Amino acid sequence: MTGPVQQPPTSAWSMYRAIVGIGALCGLLIVTVYQTTAARIRENQERFLAMAVAQVLPAARSTLGVALTEDGRLEKTGEEFALPIFLGYDASGKLVGAVITAEGMGYQDKIRVLYAYSFDLDAIVGFKVLDSKETPGLGDRIEKEPHFLANFEKLDATLTPGGDSLLHPIVTVKQGQKINPWELDGITGATITSEAIGNILNNSATTWAPVLERNAQDFAIVELTEEP
Amino acid sequence: MLGKEVSATDDFVKGLWRENPVFVQVLGMCPALAVSNTAINALTMGLATTFVLIMSGMSVSALRNFIPREARIVSYICIIASFVTAVDYVIMAISLELHRSLGAFIALIVVNCLILGRAEAFASKNTVSRATLDALGMGAGFTVALLWIGVVREILGSNSLFGIALFPDAFQTWTVMVLPSGGFFAMAMWLLLVNWLKNRQTESQAQTQELTP
Amino acid sequence: MSELKKYLEIGSSPHVTSGDSVEVIMRNVFIALLPVCIFAIYSFGAAAALVLATACVSCIATEHVLCKVTSQPSTIGDWSVAITGMLYGLTLPPDLPLWMVAVGGVFAVAVGKFLFGGLGSNAFNPALVGRAFLQAAFPQAMTHWALPLGDTRFVELPNSTLALPFAQPVYDAVTAATPLAAMKFDGIQAVNRDLLFGLTSGSAGETCAVLILVGGAYLVARNMMNWRIPISIFATVAAITWIFNLYAPGSYATPAFMLLSGGLMLGAVFMATDMVASPITNAGCWLYGFLIGSLVVVIRFWGGMPEGVMYAILLANAVSPHIDWFIRPRVFGVGGGTG
Repeated sequence: MTGPVQQPPTSAWSMYRAIVGIGALCGLLIVTVYQTTAARIRENQERFLAMAVAQVLPAARSTLGVALTEDGRLEKTGEEFALPIFLGYDASGKLVGAVITAEGMGYQDKIRVLYAYSFDLDAIVGFKVLDSKETPGLGDRIEKEPHFLANFEKLDATLTPGGDSLLHPIVTVKQGQKINPWELDGITGATITSEAIGNILNNSATTWAPVLERNAQDFAIVELTEEP
Repeated sequence: MLGKEVSATDDFVKGLWRENPVFVQVLGMCPALAVSNTAINALTMGLATTFVLIMSGMSVSALRNFIPREARIVSYICIIASFVTAVDYVIMAISLELHRSLGAFIALIVVNCLILGRAEAFASKNTVSRATLDALGMGAGFTVALLWIGVVREILGSNSLFGIALFPDAFQTWTVMVLPSGGFFAMAMWLLLVNWLKNRQTESQAQTQELTP
Repeated sequence: MSELKKYLEIGSSPHVTSGDSVEVIMRNVFIALLPVCIFAIYSFGAAAALVLATACVSCIATEHVLCKVTSQPSTIGDWSVAITGMLYGLTLPPDLPLWMVAVGGVFAVAVGKFLFGGLGSNAFNPALVGRAFLQAAFPQAMTHWALPLGDTRFVELPNSTLALPFAQPVYDAVTAATPLAAMKFDGIQAVNRDLLFGLTSGSAGETCAVLILVGGAYLVARNMMNWRIPISIFATVAAITWIFNLYAPGSYATPAFMLLSGGLMLGAVFMATDMVASPITNAGCWLYGFLIGSLVVVIRFWGGMPEGVMYAILLANAVSPHIDWFIRPRVFGVGGGTG
């Protein structure tokens, strides 16, 4: 095995044999691993989403995935979407709120957030960043700055009398200058990111709050047949 | 010092220091720089790479007489990619958060030139046991190197180690260390140190050889 | 003039190689910078003095230690590293914790200058390399600005200045936005007269445009600075801004504001003119200035940050060898028609 050895060209048969053989072995390996891990992965994904939903809408004991139909109505769905919507029910099966996924452009990249809409308060009552690539130390303060998170104890999202849009658009103001309940108290040093959150919530709530209010009656009570 | 026959220990040990994949061969830079922002990320990446390294090394070595010369690269890549896919699923099953923080870099283990390099340069020419030892050594060297970088970056950048807070809150974190550029800085510091130590080693060896001709 | 043994030791500061020794040039740069430093101390008090002193000491010490470690004769005697330290100190927020000043100073000289081969070989302006590192490492501290002309500035230090090493600075309640930040985020444009005479907040040495221009004019008069670079930067910034301001006065600042605010004056006069990192030919200098000027406008108008002079100069530093390559005098008798 020392020095270059002049080898005769390999026959086509042994090449086919090697490539097809290895392909088959590799395929077998992947399928086996996939089969054994698939259940755990699905479980993990469900737990992750459930945990996030529980964080933004703690009152909910069970959730129901819904989707918008073409005629502007909500419909129960089991499908998975990039930006899913859930209705949250308490222990007695009463509708307490909706959890909405929204996304928009931040300072570095798209920010994906989850927020809860309360039917009783007509307000956004919970907020969690699902995915963000904001600058650590500056933009990512939207995830942990206490005064910023305090915005989401009750961020006003009242509808116009006609019910087709927000009465006051949600806007981000400079840190410490929040006066009205529909204003987001921003973060000094993370101006662009906190403004992005305001825009994301405003766009999403403008679309969804009217739809949710319109359909709330049909989904007010749910039979608790599914597991929580 | 180095005899003709290579001992089994040397197959393993050379990857740790003398031929360390990151600090000496400077291979696999993409994951070494990109996923070493925390110690846990670095460790996971190192272990995942080690696993793929060992499994592909063993497979390539076992099949070395079965794989024709002309089809070797496609076969190696196929083997490596399969193990990477397997690792990807396993990590997803262990922890989704971990998988999200490693991002696309798990999938990119496929193109880590360290793995293809060892398959081509070592596993395809040696027995299964030697290939395994070599992969184990290289993997350990890669993991340790990533961990060193990750530890420095996590302590300075996040004031924690393996997710456990270290100093009181008053500690000023160095934002740059969790950013990609921090990877270059930490990497450069370790390269400087390792090269300095290696130079000293060779110098002292040269001196002893001069004394005993 | 007769000390020809120093002819290769070109320092990292604005000057031209006119046969003057490094010391003579550095002394003149020092004279040019002195009013700026004095004004910085006048405006921001004892904190600015400490920042400047720490910046100089950390740069000089780093250079000395690195020379010793690599067994070279120490090069701190020609004062070029002291000028680097001074310029570096002038670009920092005056209430920056001193330990951060020291960290940046070590980085500036070790990485910005020494790694590239030391004196005369640096690809980037070392002072700005140090500042860029701090900006990346400690973005909060680097965007925190003290108010100018505070009442107790000579008798009291801000809490943040004496923060323990590696500890987070605790800031006093009083804080200010730089004119550029106020413009970018709130649409408030500062008064030009305040900008001209330095009655605004900002980095220690960037606030008073008049004194910087006087220093620059002194160096130009002594033929120790290539005036084409700052003039080209100013002209580019003014021209581009004027066009946009004419088109949409509400959303874009006026040319005067753009010229006088932020680090543009300090950067254009004392940083961009770094002889080592700027192009050699005069035509190259015009192009280099144009590049910096347009980058500054682009970053200020459309970038995420309010200020972009530092990055503009560093980027142009990186390009300057290529500018030299494109604009090089034709060797006599070679090339001919097609160039």
